[in-house]
Amino acid sequence: MKLSQLKPGSRGIVKEFTDLEMSVKLMEMGCLPGEEIIVERIAPLGDPIAISVAGYQLSLRKQEASTIILHS
Amino acid sequence: MKADLRVALVGNPNTGKSTLFNALTGLDQKVGNFPGITVDKKIGYSDLPDSRKAEIIDLPGTYSLYPKSQDEAIVFSVLADRNSDVNPDLIVVVLDATNLKRNFLLYTQVADLKIPVIIALNMMDQADKAGIKINVDALSEKLGVPIIPISARKNTGIDDLKQAISFANKVALQQDSIDVSVFASELIARIGDEIKVDNPYFALQLAHQHENLKFLTTAQSERIEELEVMYSFHSQKAQAAETIARYNYINDLLFDTVEKPQAAQSESTSNRIDRVLTHRVFGFVIFIGILMFIFQSIFAWSSYPMDLISDGFAWLQAYTHQVLPAGPATDLLADGIIAGLAGVLVFIPQIAILFAFISILEDTGYMARVTFMMDKIMRKVGLNGRSVVPLIGGFACAVPSIMSTRTIENWKDRMITIMVTPLVACSARLPVYTLLIALVVPDRTIWGIFNLQGLALTAMYVMSLVSAVIVAFVFKFILKAKERGYFIMELPVYRSPRWNNVLLSMYERSKAFVLQAGKVIIAVSIILWVMSSYGPGDRFEKIDQKYEQAQYKKIPEDELQRLIATDKLENSYAGTLGHAIEPAIRPLGFDWKIGIALITSFAAREVFVGTMATIYSVDGDADRLDTVQDKMAKAINPNTGQPVFTVAVAFSLMMFYAFAMQCASTVAAVYRETKAWKWPVIQLTYMTALAYVASLITYQLLK
Repeated sequence: MKLSQLKPGSRGIVKEFTDLEMSVKLMEMGCLPGEEIIVERIAPLGDPIAISVAGYQLSLRKQEASTIILHS
Repeated sequence: MKADLRVALVGNPNTGKSTLFNALTGLDQKVGNFPGITVDKKIGYSDLPDSRKAEIIDLPGTYSLYPKSQDEAIVFSVLADRNSDVNPDLIVVVLDATNLKRNFLLYTQVADLKIPVIIALNMMDQADKAGIKINVDALSEKLGVPIIPISARKNTGIDDLKQAISFANKVALQQDSIDVSVFASELIARIGDEIKVDNPYFALQLAHQHENLKFLTTAQSERIEELEVMYSFHSQKAQAAETIARYNYINDLLFDTVEKPQAAQSESTSNRIDRVLTHRVFGFVIFIGILMFIFQSIFAWSSYPMDLISDGFAWLQAYTHQVLPAGPATDLLADGIIAGLAGVLVFIPQIAILFAFISILEDTGYMARVTFMMDKIMRKVGLNGRSVVPLIGGFACAVPSIMSTRTIENWKDRMITIMVTPLVACSARLPVYTLLIALVVPDRTIWGIFNLQGLALTAMYVMSLVSAVIVAFVFKFILKAKERGYFIMELPVYRSPRWNNVLLSMYERSKAFVLQAGKVIIAVSIILWVMSSYGPGDRFEKIDQKYEQAQYKKIPEDELQRLIATDKLENSYAGTLGHAIEPAIRPLGFDWKIGIALITSFAAREVFVGTMATIYSVDGDADRLDTVQDKMAKAINPNTGQPVFTVAVAFSLMMFYAFAMQCASTVAAVYRETKAWKWPVIQLTYMTALAYVASLITYQLLK
């Protein structure tokens, strides 16, 4: 399952990434395999989304969230 | 000032690095540029307990040494270039105690460069409140580095940190974090041999970043490129592997030194605030409300201090005429320089208020939420959520805003933001708008709460944003993207604004405005005064001779002087120039006097007011020293006998100022940021064309 499919309020654990370039950026921000992600909210216009990861909040676009694969 | 020790502050964004910088240096700081690039270099001085003086450099916040934007790129090059005059003797890494894991990534990278380092563990009060227990001594021992717990906001621990800075070692004693040679051992060894670097992590960083490092010679950079091909080095794969290895190390490091409360936290305050501030409906309503409040306040709160300043200068101008002997030098001082300066200084209250609001919005974390809410709309028109900050900053001044686009990683998004930012109604347009609105819009309250003049001003501001968006949309189809855009951004927790930071920003921005605009305005005032006081050939003598004739003897003295002055102005160099462009601007409703103002305004918009002051004081009789507004209100078109500044003319002028690129500093900033004359030239051309057309339509519709 992709992060972009997660509903607000639900959580998942990062399994892997489908995009190397994006993964480098996300991992530097603390979004690593094994980390738990909570989808906090979605922007008023439906994109981007705000997630909690590694103890802080990060916002990213849905398209970027779709490169993060979660454990099912 | 010569310092005994140079210290660089390094840390993630939102870790309170700037607050610490202010706490360490007080007001003893200045903003400059790093050599060759335009990233702001904030330098301050701090007195250490052992009576030495430390020079503190505040480096841009970054999450890692691998830069994502131009701002961040400066961090590694400052730390790496041992020969540069900003290379630090000591690095203070500022860590956010409430989010140690992510913060430590940057620390481990910096530490591996083997420059002496100490850790300032900031936000200890917040960490305590959140129930995070950090065993500082154990952590310090594991790292081999002094750790100083501080709270920069509460100003605690600052003396301890100064003490630690003065005791710091001259050699790096920190423990190795990870074995970097595993990522590309042969490549690292070869680069080390050939470029003469003994630090393996430094060599690895050269492999990643050599293309952007100015201190490497072309030959060195090309050699590194060859070596990379030889050892089939893949930068992104190596970065990914390094990041994972570093986080593994950090997990081990923090495992028995940091304790976090396990119990599920109740919903944080920030989340509850966000539920309202980023709400589907209320979010936008609140945002628009805040913008309207800001503009109403700029008008309302600044009127009293502005009156004081302009009255003060009118008095000074009259006083100068009184005490100094009459003559060209006195005229130049009173009507040229003092009148010109008055035109600028009067806007300090408005600029200070605007910058106070912008700094509050950024400080509280609200600006990040605006970015979050607006990203989707902005993307539709070819911009990016991050473009919101430069665009809103554009209300203050396009120059720092264009510089702040460096945080936009994507080239195309950044270029479009640069191209449209000067359309946003900046503070230099404010004087022009205020003056013209006060001339033709009645000072009335409508619907109980809105001032009609304030509403007209708000309309000009809204129009500027709308035009920026439309132009951005056009550029979206013209420019070709160079790389994929992305938007990964931290949403910092809400904090109350730091009032001394707000005050500092008000002070610094106003000072910069006065110094930059002041120079231009004094120069322009003098040139303009000379050009309007002297004429080509013997025209002035002929005018004098003409009025000597018998038929003028019957006219009262006052009237005669006015006739002579008007005739002289029209025949002066400035008048000649104004007349030369009059045919082109007549369809816009402008006469040759406004033409002179348009020409001088191409240096800077706010010169308009000073120009008007100069032209009308040369024109009128010198004893009556009214404010510019009174003079303009009384200006009569000699052909029609009607006032010059009708509603049509005033609005046509405002349209011209809204769209025209009349700012030499912006042109220079765009050139610096894009490193090509092509962009400022395109910008100047499209904006001038837009200004002409908008002005033409406005005048023809309203006249």
